[in-house]
Amino acid sequence: MSNEAPVIGVLALQGDVREHLIALAAADAVARPVRRPEELAEVDGLVLPGGESTTISKLAVLFGVMEPLRARVRNGMPVYGTCAGMIMLADKILDPRSGQETIGGIDMIVRRNAFGRQNESFEAAVAIEGVEGGPVEGVFIRAPWVESVGARTEVLAEHDGHIVAVRQGNALATSFHPELTGDHRVHSLFVDMVRANRAAESL
Amino acid sequence: MSTTLPNSAQTPETGTARVKRGMAEQLKGGVIMDVVTPEQAKIAEDAGAVAVMALERVPADIRKDGGVARMSDPDMIEGIIDAVSIPVMAKSRIGHFVEAQVLQSLGVDYIDESEVLTPADEVNHSDKWAFTTPFVCGATNLGEALRRIAEGAAMIRSKGEAGTGNVVEAVRHLRQIKNEIARLRGYDNNELYAAAKELRAPYELVKEVAELGKLPVVLFSAGGVATPADAALMRQLGAEGVFVGSGIFKSGDPAKRAAAIVKATTFYDDPKIIADASRNLGEAMVGINCDTLPEAERYANRGW
Repeated sequence: MSNEAPVIGVLALQGDVREHLIALAAADAVARPVRRPEELAEVDGLVLPGGESTTISKLAVLFGVMEPLRARVRNGMPVYGTCAGMIMLADKILDPRSGQETIGGIDMIVRRNAFGRQNESFEAAVAIEGVEGGPVEGVFIRAPWVESVGARTEVLAEHDGHIVAVRQGNALATSFHPELTGDHRVHSLFVDMVRANRAAESL
Repeated sequence: MSTTLPNSAQTPETGTARVKRGMAEQLKGGVIMDVVTPEQAKIAEDAGAVAVMALERVPADIRKDGGVARMSDPDMIEGIIDAVSIPVMAKSRIGHFVEAQVLQSLGVDYIDESEVLTPADEVNHSDKWAFTTPFVCGATNLGEALRRIAEGAAMIRSKGEAGTGNVVEAVRHLRQIKNEIARLRGYDNNELYAAAKELRAPYELVKEVAELGKLPVVLFSAGGVATPADAALMRQLGAEGVFVGSGIFKSGDPAKRAAAIVKATTFYDDPKIIADASRNLGEAMVGINCDTLPEAERYANRGW
């Protein structure tokens, strides 16, 4: 049972879903898109992709997946958010649009588009705690940063003095997009988290 | 901070192909809406648009008014940038690289070098590699799409026939692009050189498409989408998202129609959701039959 590849969903309401599916498959997971509550119930872990956080939030509420998402994250389902996905995992957003809700799960305050508009989008090497083999290529697109974290939140990486990767228990988040590079080490770290959680649950 | 987390000393690099193309990847599965005022931009954002296209007149009005259509007033574009937190795009004329420079200086997130505006150059499109701001360009077939990508476009959309409320041309262009990609998949290496010549596109890009089975950049649909079912049709035909121009704010109840098109774009393969989204939307834009449209008034013929 625990040797089987874990099933990891990618929330497919909007965003760069395809790239996450490819990265997860490359990291030896069975990857599938998730849009409905019944699809969410069938996965061992979930990726919240990059995209527009306002759009994803609205669609999640509208199609009844927001509450099931909150329930599963609260119950310890491993979850990984990139960029907009990081915003979705924040307990608090500094500058939410009206009606913008998050799933929560990480005790942090996130600032949207903190690194600027598209003209300021950039690439830079990022060293991540717990990812071996040197820094990863960080692709930051209208990226958020983490303004502050609570005591239970582990800071995994910074760029230019700003927090850009965090973990709290089974929830992982990055400001940048490893799915846009050919380097699947961050996805491997997440797949390992899902495997470990499944092993712990089957005890 | 612990000392095990060195700040990367290297200078961050802006305007790379990955950052430009990656921006479009974030828009996938979404709807980009034409807006002419900050109020419309807010309606679009509240309805779940992933981005807005700021322009002075929607294509249906450009068609009606005639005359030369140009880049919008910077004040109007800045007003829209200030009104919303989602990305803002704006249009430059084909080949008018100074309009593009102005749009970049205003901080728009994407520039649409658009056939909807009156072309400024009948031979050359703008050199899009020269910009930090990414570009989206229209195409009617694969060769045209690849020529735009060769010039630096980081996203492609079907041209369709903007301002008509008639999806027939968008369908034609998307099918054309998909069919030509499928044909390339079947070619062996010897055939790709002749294919590149036929497509009038760089061999390296032709080879890349043959290997990927898709364009190396995101492909959206544009030009004539007016209903939730139109948007879902384009997605089922392979578009990764849709632009809606006149279709929303030329309709009876823009806020409701905008939200309905967003829903149908996400659940494009679920007819029950599309049916629900299509109920009681009020009047759609009237629309124009493309076969009665004189050649000279077809925007899709602009650009080459």
